[in-house]
Parts: sequence; structure tokens; C-alpha cells
Amino acid sequence: MMNLSLKNNMVVMLIFSAVVLTAPLWLDPIGANYPDLLQKFAIFGIFAIGYNILFGLTGYLSFGHATFLGVGSYTAVWSFKLFTMNVVPAIIFAIIIAGVFALAIGYISLRRSGIYFSILTLAFAQMSYSLAYSVLTPITNGETGLQLTIQDPRYLDAMAGVAVKEGLPSTNLFGQLMSGYSGFYFCAVMLIIGFYISLKIFRSPYGLKLIAIKSNQNRMNYTGFNTRPYLLSAFVISGMYAGLAGALMAVTDPLAGAERMQWTASGEVVLMTILGGVGTLVGPLLGVGIIKYFENIFSALNESALHEVFNFLPQALENTVVAVTHHFVGEGWHLTLGALFMLVVIFLPGGVMEGVTNLIEFIKKKLGMSGDESGDTL
Amino acid sequence: MDAILIQILNGLDKGGAYALIALGLTLTFGTLGVVNFAHGALFMLGAFCAVSMQQLLTISKKVKDESITFFDAYKEQPYLEIWWGDAGTVIIDYAVPISILFAIPVMLLVGVVMERGLIKHFYKRTHAEQILVTFGLAIVIQEIIRTFYGANPIPTPAPDIVSGSAAVGAALGLSDALVYPWWRLIYLAFSAVIIFGVFAFLKYTTFGMVVRAGMSDRETVSLLGINVERRFTIVFGIATIVAGLAGVMYAPILPPDYHMGMDFLVLSFVVVVVGGMGSLEGAVAAGFLLGILQSFASMNEVKTILPGIDQIIIYLVAVVVLLVRPRGLMGREGVMED
Repeated sequence: MMNLSLKNNMVVMLIFSAVVLTAPLWLDPIGANYPDLLQKFAIFGIFAIGYNILFGLTGYLSFGHATFLGVGSYTAVWSFKLFTMNVVPAIIFAIIIAGVFALAIGYISLRRSGIYFSILTLAFAQMSYSLAYSVLTPITNGETGLQLTIQDPRYLDAMAGVAVKEGLPSTNLFGQLMSGYSGFYFCAVMLIIGFYISLKIFRSPYGLKLIAIKSNQNRMNYTGFNTRPYLLSAFVISGMYAGLAGALMAVTDPLAGAERMQWTASGEVVLMTILGGVGTLVGPLLGVGIIKYFENIFSALNESALHEVFNFLPQALENTVVAVTHHFVGEGWHLTLGALFMLVVIFLPGGVMEGVTNLIEFIKKKLGMSGDESGDTL
Repeated sequence: MDAILIQILNGLDKGGAYALIALGLTLTFGTLGVVNFAHGALFMLGAFCAVSMQQLLTISKKVKDESITFFDAYKEQPYLEIWWGDAGTVIIDYAVPISILFAIPVMLLVGVVMERGLIKHFYKRTHAEQILVTFGLAIVIQEIIRTFYGANPIPTPAPDIVSGSAAVGAALGLSDALVYPWWRLIYLAFSAVIIFGVFAFLKYTTFGMVVRAGMSDRETVSLLGINVERRFTIVFGIATIVAGLAGVMYAPILPPDYHMGMDFLVLSFVVVVVGGMGSLEGAVAAGFLLGILQSFASMNEVKTILPGIDQIIIYLVAVVVLLVRPRGLMGREGVMED
């Protein structure tokens, strides 16, 4: 007899895959159904899921994960330049190299905990960023960013006898071009795989040990566990997720720039994770969805668009409302983001997921159902 | 010799800014136990106090330009010049020093409102949550400033009389070629005065004694019937003022823009950690030390041997210090060791 509750991994994965793969359908009514935005949802989703494995489970707040994202992007573009436009090697290389970076940085940073760990990761991230801009220009192409050129050798493609066409080649998966919706579906499949691995980690003894580190590391040490390998492996895994996300960015748009590695980019993934609900499975994805959706909608709005929105109000009131709100949209979108973020940290430290859980509990109480069968949450 | 001296001077004035910001940060750590990521934004607010003062003093009226006689030409003339003639011009020239007077009450108000309105509720929360909420606040402050002042840096010149360079070399009996901008020397002196002021205040006043007592054992002090909370609010205000003044005086060196705070924040956090959490002396020493190291690393001779070292020296030092001396240079035991 199959257990049809959310405790069954297969059920969760079926629901999740269905939701992700049908995203173009159900995002259509709210105006979010275009490939560019869909790809962003999936890519940042992977980034946030991976970050959540470190921050959500172990409680170590890293301010340097954008480094791995940037490393992934650079590696993928180099793979396009040197070997082949096929995306599979690019992604594999990106994950490996990002993992190596994460291993090195994590090995040093994890010698300290708390805020010292945050500062160490921040220091490494800023170092990589500054170096990518200055000395490493031969590898990173500095401020211009790394791009494809016609002269690139692409040895494997040349050996396989891929015909050289006019203009720049595009990325492909064994012939299938990676742009538009096919790009999204490729990212979506990666997202589903990433989610499955994260689900397995969350529901394994390994995941429990990571949570134990978060709640009381000393006690873990006293019971005879050496916590370092667990922390380091969690750090490397989340770094690999970031590398994968970076590679997918390069797959959908083959260029890489150092600004992806800046510490504000690391701050962004922290924001997404917290906003959605840190330490929950789907929370980070919700956070990504909310931030990227509103970023697209809000930053496209301008004063005249606002006048249209508030057209139903009396003229004087309309002007006042527009005068106030136009500071929060378009260029001022970051203001909304900052304020929203503060509100969440102040009132809902568990993020949107905490709000949802509270709401479900409330409804259950109203309906007179007992809440003790809720089990573990997503 | 000249080159070394000039690098030390360069490092000292940058170090002065780092030390002032780090001092404020450490004060809030030590007293309130709060990690304030909005501290860089306060530095930026200070710089914009200078900008506002300058804009306020140069509010202008369109007047006929008498020097052009062929046709009717108009020019903008500040009201102050119209009213008071040359005295008005002088006042405008001294906009930055005058804005110090303006910045102190403004920053105090900002600090007290911030502490009472937001920080107070975060004493009992985790450090991660403190970082996150103040990070959000920093974004909000930064964006508000951008809404009002735009995204471009706004030049805020120092008074004319100190816009030149001081003949440091001649004064010290070295070569005459060694000159250094007056304003940077003033900045160095100014930061020294502020730093000594804060130390003297904490060391030699009763208020400071209570604050220091509260830093080491908050519970006992409040059991003695002293309102520690109120004093900590004032300390937060002082930290805000220090950050603000550092910003005001830095405005002529670096034209303020809305994200200058973030750039300094990361560096000053590194400074605090290198100095040791909760150690005021450590923060100041590390500020000057890192400033000087950075300016030496940007010498061409060094850069040819180790390319890119000027970009990463501070972070490199931070990594090494944290690994060798886990509590920083002068860190106290038991501070921020969760």
C-alpha cells in the first residue's frame, strides 16, 4: 500500500515536477510567462536551494556564495570557448571547479564560526571579485566580461566537424538550442534534480546531523561527532549548487562578468532564502519567485503606468498616490525590497513559510481539527 | 624615504576614516551586542549632511549678469551673497566645516530614533537576524538618499584656504618636493581628536565609567539600580555621531554618492574583526594599520612583484589574523563567540 502523504519522497517529487514543468501555464495569468523570467526563476531557485543546505541546516551565514556562482559562469564560458558549445561538459566542469573553490575557501573559513565565519567568507568573496577585475583579466576579461568570439578554437566541435556558420554559435544540448523555452525546460530539469538531492539530504541522517550542528555544536562534539567534515561537505555541496546556477546563467546567455561575484550578489541570495523561509524545503524557492517576479514587474513600472493603474481614483487622490508610490517602483525597486525584507525579519523571522504554516494551523483550529498529524513540514 | 613617508601619510588619512567607522561599530558591539550592518549607511548620511549644507547655503536666485553688456544675461547668485556680500561668499566657502554643527544634532536624532525604533527589539535575537535587519535598513537608507540626491557623486569642496597642499617635506627638513593636501592632514588631525575624545569620555567621566561597567557586566549594573538602557541609547547615538562626522569630513576627499557607505562598511567590518570584537583600542589600531598597509601595497614597486596585491591586502591580512589569532589583535575573551 503506497503512502500518499507528503512524507513520501516520490509524492513530493511528482507534485514538485508537475508544478515546475507546468510553470509556463500557471504563470501566464500573472504576466510572468516569458522564457527569460522563467529561466531566472529556475536558476536562482537552484542557487537558493543550495544556499539553504548550508545556511538553513547548519546555520552558518555565508556572505561569499556569489563567488561560486561567478566561478561557475566563467568555467562554463571557457568550456564553450575551448571545447564545445554543448552544455553538458560546461555544466560538469562548472560544478567541479566551483566545488574545488568551495573546498578551499570552506576549509579555511570553517575554522571559525559565527560572525567570524561570515567575515571570512566575505573577505574571500571580495578578494575573488577584486582579482577577477584586476589581475586575472587574461582569464576573466576584466570589466568587459568574458564573451564568446568567432576566433574561439572549440576543439571538440572542430573535431566532430560541426559546420562553422556565420556569426556566434549558440549553446546547445546535442543539437537542441538552449534559448527560449527549451532553455527554461533544461533549467527546470536541473532544478528538479537539485530539489530531489536537497530533499534527500533534508530527510537523511546526514541532514539531521547538520541540523544538530545548528542547534548545539558543542553537544555534537561531546557526543563524539567530529563536526568539521559535515560542515565542510555541506559547504562544498552548496558551493556546487551555486556553480551549477552560474553555469546555467552562462548556458542561457553565454557571457560572464565579475559583478556576479560582488558581495551584494551574495546578499541577494541571503535575502531570497530568508524571505521565503530559511531551513524549509520550498521556502527559498518561494523567496526567489517573489523577489524575481516583483523585480520584473516593479522595475518596469513608471509614472505613466502608475497613473493607468490608479485611474479609478479621483484625480487629486490619484496624483497623491502616484507621487508616493512612484518612489517605490522602477529605479526605486530596491527601496521596496529593503523595506519588505526588514518587515519579514522583524515580524516573520521564519519567512513566508512561517506565515503559511501559521495560517494552516489557524484554519485547522477553526475547523476543530487536531494539529498533531502535521508531521514534518516542507 | 620620501616615498615611504608619503605612503604613511596616505595610509594614515584613509586609516583615520576606517578607524572612526570601526570605532563606532565596536561601540555598538561592545555595549549593545548588536552587529550593525547599517553603520556604513550612517557614514554616508554624514557625508550627505555636508552635501545638504552646501546646497542649502547656495540656494540661488536668478540675477542679471552685469559683466556681460551686449545682451541680457542671467546667472545664478546665492541669496547669501546677495544679502551679505563677501561675508556670504566666505560662509558658502566654509560649507563643510559648518555642516559639522549641523550634522551632530541630525546624526544624534537618527541614532536615537534607530535604536529606540528598531535596534532595541533585536537585542535578544540572533546575530544573524541583527545582520539581516540592519542590512535591510542600510538598503532603505541608501535608496532614500538616491531618491533625493540622484545616483551621481556630488562634489563637495573643502574651503579654498585649505584646498592646496602643505609642504610637509620642507617642514620636516626633507626634500621640498614632498607635499601633501591640507585637507587630508586636517582629516587626520580631526580623526585623532575624535578618537581621543571618545576614549577620554569613556575613561574619565562617570557616564563613561557606567558604560564600561555595563559593557563587561550588564546585569550587575542594572541590578545596582542604574538605567543601563538609557545610557546604551546615548552610546548608540554617540556611535552614530562618530560615523556621521567621519562622513562629513570625508566628503571633500571622496565626492559622496549613495553607495559609498556599503563600500566602507565591508572594509570597516574587516577592520573591527582584525582589531578584535569589542576592543576599542583594537579597532583604532587595526584601522590605521590596515590603512597604511593598503597604501604601501599600492606602491608601484610592490605591485610589480605581487600584482593585484593592493586590491586584496586588507582581506588577506584579515584571513591571516583570524586564523593565527582567532580573537583578532586585541580581542577580549567571550565577546561574540557564539
